[in-house]
Parts: sequence; structure tokens; C-alpha cells
Amino acid sequence: MSTVNPAMPQPRGRKTFREWFAVPKNQQRVVIFTFAVVPVFLLIMFTYYPFMRMIEWSFYNMSYTKNRGFVGLKNYLDVFTRDELFATFRVSLYYMAGAVVQIALALYFATILSFKTKFTAFYKGAMFFPFLINGIAIGFIFKFFYTRGHVLDTTLGFFGIPLESLPYWLRDTSVNNWSLVATSVWKYMGQNMVLFSGAIMSVDTTLYEAAAIDGANKWHQFRYVILPSISTVLTLNVILSITGSLSAFEPPYVIAAMGSNGTATYFIQMHQTAHVQHKVGLACAMAVVLVLIICICTLIQKLIFKYAFRNAGTDTKPAKKGVL
Amino acid sequence: MGVERTPKDYFLKFLKHLSLIITSFACLLPLVSCVFAAFKTKEEFGLTSKVAPPESWLHLDNFINFWNDSGIGQGFITSIGVMLVTILISVMLGSMLAYVLDRFTFRGNALIRHAFTLASLIPGLAMQVTIYKMMSNLNLVDSLVGYVIMMAGTDVISIYILLQYFENLPTALDESAIIEGCTYYGVFFRILMPLLRPAMVTCMILKGVGIYNEYYNANLYLQNKQKYKTVSTALYTYLGPTKSQYEIICAGVLICTLPILIIFILFQKQIYNGMTNGAVKG
Repeated sequence: MSTVNPAMPQPRGRKTFREWFAVPKNQQRVVIFTFAVVPVFLLIMFTYYPFMRMIEWSFYNMSYTKNRGFVGLKNYLDVFTRDELFATFRVSLYYMAGAVVQIALALYFATILSFKTKFTAFYKGAMFFPFLINGIAIGFIFKFFYTRGHVLDTTLGFFGIPLESLPYWLRDTSVNNWSLVATSVWKYMGQNMVLFSGAIMSVDTTLYEAAAIDGANKWHQFRYVILPSISTVLTLNVILSITGSLSAFEPPYVIAAMGSNGTATYFIQMHQTAHVQHKVGLACAMAVVLVLIICICTLIQKLIFKYAFRNAGTDTKPAKKGVL
Repeated sequence: MGVERTPKDYFLKFLKHLSLIITSFACLLPLVSCVFAAFKTKEEFGLTSKVAPPESWLHLDNFINFWNDSGIGQGFITSIGVMLVTILISVMLGSMLAYVLDRFTFRGNALIRHAFTLASLIPGLAMQVTIYKMMSNLNLVDSLVGYVIMMAGTDVISIYILLQYFENLPTALDESAIIEGCTYYGVFFRILMPLLRPAMVTCMILKGVGIYNEYYNANLYLQNKQKYKTVSTALYTYLGPTKSQYEIICAGVLICTLPILIIFILFQKQIYNGMTNGAVKG
């Protein structure tokens, strides 16, 4: 569709813009340039340029206004040796544990809701809606929910658990991180479920019939038909949940008053380092470490899933199109 | 011929329904208790159980108090204004980029695709430190223009959704239009864009909800909280020991959540599809 019609007279010498533009190849060039230039510019401006600067600054001792010179790897050493920074990795482990529960639940509900069940739309809606709620609002909802003698304690009281035996959900350092992680599971479980059920619905239904004829029970159907065909989405979600567990922000920031009582996540600490303590170099080193951790996790994920699904029939996988 | 049902089947079925009911209950309980609290008077809230419904559903003082004290009205204007401008810009840019990436082979096509995919792996929050410095050098801190540009920035999910939609639009459409003498701009704006509407609506809803709920950047880049109040930052002012009247806070939470609930009920299908399309092929 893009070839120049050979019958068309090729103008010689100077061409007017109109003539030049009438040549499809030239027109294409103009369209490509004008349509791609702004998005690509924004991508560079808000992702790649800051990324480069971030790496550069991580080697300097600097604030937003002053640069106190090159310090080599000192910022990186600080990330791993300063107690308050290192402690946040431990907090992230709670969120990762939560993510495992979240993905398992999402997978379970996506599977059972993909078979015929009454009130599917209601269940799906009830589980998904939390994902759409404003993060600050969620913070308040759960502050209210966890307050001593409020919603959670009252509800547990109905099941005969006396108030005296319950901890202070947000103050007690042995449970407060779990309380916060629960809010994150509450928010994201339904979203994961919708992603998984979308992938499950794209599975060819004849595969279930074929499996049933071969004598497969529900578990076999799940293991050999559903799981392989959603491996792409599953991998993606595991990666996203690792990213999320390090950069969890709203639960500790709103519910637990900016990460007090040992609830600060890596990202909260990074935010404080940059915008409260103004140690921009150190914050950049933290960001670089974050990106590296995510890259490593992504690679490990890919390897594990490649191994786990090595026997899966390739024909059940959705054809990969587009990006990636 | 029906399948024989054994007691075990019935038991599993029971477990399935039980798990669904318990989980939906757990998902709704925090919200429902918030609704109850919002309609209670101060005394009633103090005395009654936190999971008991209010005496009267017509007690609206908490909502009125919140509306008057928080400046949420201004927050709605800012948030919705920013949201409309941003989704228009970002969906236009996204569909234009998706058009050239899908319809033309040119040097750099694969490079651009990979650049966007890679960008989606780097968490945007990680770069906040350097972006903030850049924005303040450009005098775009405390400016709505800056905030809009930043939020419109790069939206990989929209681009995935749109790219996928383009793949399903036959190229014969473009070709016949070109033969009729249409320019490539004409093909995009007059032929393809009207067909692209469902995908654009999906992107707009997802992006719109994201912007409406956004707090981190609004807090960081719109520092003059009196002048630029968004829904999130207005709600956030209720944090702190001085204002711990939960019945009013709950009313505020409901005011902020209601628009989203309406959008969700109206566009449920588009939201689900959008979520899935944005991720499955990514």
C-alpha cells in the first residue's frame, strides 16, 4: 500500500510541498514523525532521562539545592548498612507474603467463578470494587475498621472472641504490619481475580470437554488446562506484586501515620530520605537498588515459570502479539 | 444424561459457596460499616455498635459538615478538570502512537515498542526524586499545567489496549480510503478513530479513575494546598489527631467514593475488559 505508483509522473527539480506530500512514502514519514514524536518525547522526559539522572546522582552526596561532590559507592553502602533502611526490606517481606495469599485467592476465585455459579456478577463486583477506591479513602476506611473496639473488634466479638484477648491492630508491632498487608490484599485481590478470569475465559472451551472425556477432574482441568494458559498473566502479576511490595505507599502512610511503629516500607523511607531529609543522592541510590531488585526478581520469575510450565502444551498458550 | 452427584460433590459445592460468601462479606464489611457510620449523629456513633445500621438514613449533617469544612467542592472541580484534560491528551497521544506502530513498518518501530515495555517494568515512583528536580527546574511545580503533563506522560496500559484494538481493525479499510484519495491523517481521524471509540472509552475510564484517585503526585507537585486542592488532598487533611470524628470522615469517604461507584456500575464491562486487555498480551 505504500509503493509509489510508477505511472505517476515523477516531478523533477524543486517540488512544492504539496507535490512532495502527495508521494505516499513521504506522507507516511510525516505521519510517523508527527504522531510518534510527542509520546516518545514524554517517555524520554518522564522515564529515561530521570532514570539516567537517577543513576548519575546516586554517586553524589547532594540535596536538591547543593551538590557536595562525588562519593563513589558510599550511598549504596549506606542503603545496606543503615538500620532504618535495611529494616524496610523486612517490612517488604510481609507484603510479599500478602501477595502470595492474594494471588492464590485470586486464582481460586477466578477459577470457580469461570464455571457456572449463581450471582457471579455480584461476587465479582464485591471483590473488584475495592481496587477502584481512592487510596486515601481506603486509609480512612481501615483506620476506622481497626480502631480499638470498632468494626473488626465488634465483628470478632460476634464470634465470641472477647475484646481483651485482641491486640491493638495498628499499634502492636507484632501484628500491625499484617493489618496493613491485609488492606493491600483487600484492595488488589479482586483486580488480580479479574485479570485471571479474563485469561481463563480466553481458554478454548473444547479443551475442557476434551479433558473431561479423558477423565480429568476439576483439579486436573485447573492444573493442565487453566494454569498453563494463564501463565503469562500469572508471571506478570507476580512481578507486579513484588514491585508493589517494595513500593507500597498508601497503607503505611495514611493508616499508620507515615510508617511509624516499624511499618515504613522501602518506598516510604525513600520518600522521607529525599523530601524530608533532603538526601537526594542517597534516595537515588535507593531507587537504583529498587530497580535492580525488580530486575532480578523478574529474571528469577521468568526462569521459574519457564521451568514450571516446560511440559505445558504450547498450543494452549494465547498467541503472543503486540508488545513483549 | 445428568452427571451423578455424590455427597462429596455436594460438600465441595457447599464449600465453594461458603468461600464466596465469606470473602464477599469481608470485602464489603469495611465499606458497609463506613456507610453506617456516616449517617449517625455524634452521640449515636459513640453509643451504638460500629456494625449496627443508623437510626435514621436521613441524617445528613455529617455530609454537609464535611462538604463545608474540607473544601472538597473545589477538590472535585480541580480533580475532574485535570482528569478530563489529561485523559483527552493521553488517549489521543496513545491512539496516534498505536496507529503508527501498528500500521507502518519503519526503522525504530520495534525500538519504540521495546522502550515502552521496558518503561512499564521500572516503577514510576522510583524516579520521583529526579523527576521532582526536573519539574522544579522547569518551574512546573505548583502548576496545574505541570501536573497535567506529568499525569498524561506515558501510559503503557492504554497503548497496549489500543495496539491490540488496531490489530483487529482490517487494513483493507486504510487501503481503500487511500485509493479514494484520503491522506494518512484522514485515514486516522475520519476512518479509524470512530471505530476505535470502544477502546478509547475503556482507556479513558481506567486512566480517569487513576487520576481521580491519585494522591502522591498531587501532594508533591501541587504544594499550594489552598489554591490547588484535589479530592485526595482535601480528604487527606482529615488525617491527624485533631480531627478524629469518624462519622464525618466516613461521610467524606462516601462522598469521594460515590462518583467511582456510579462509574463502576455503568461501565463494569468496559472496566473488566480494559483490565484484561491491558495485561493479557502485555
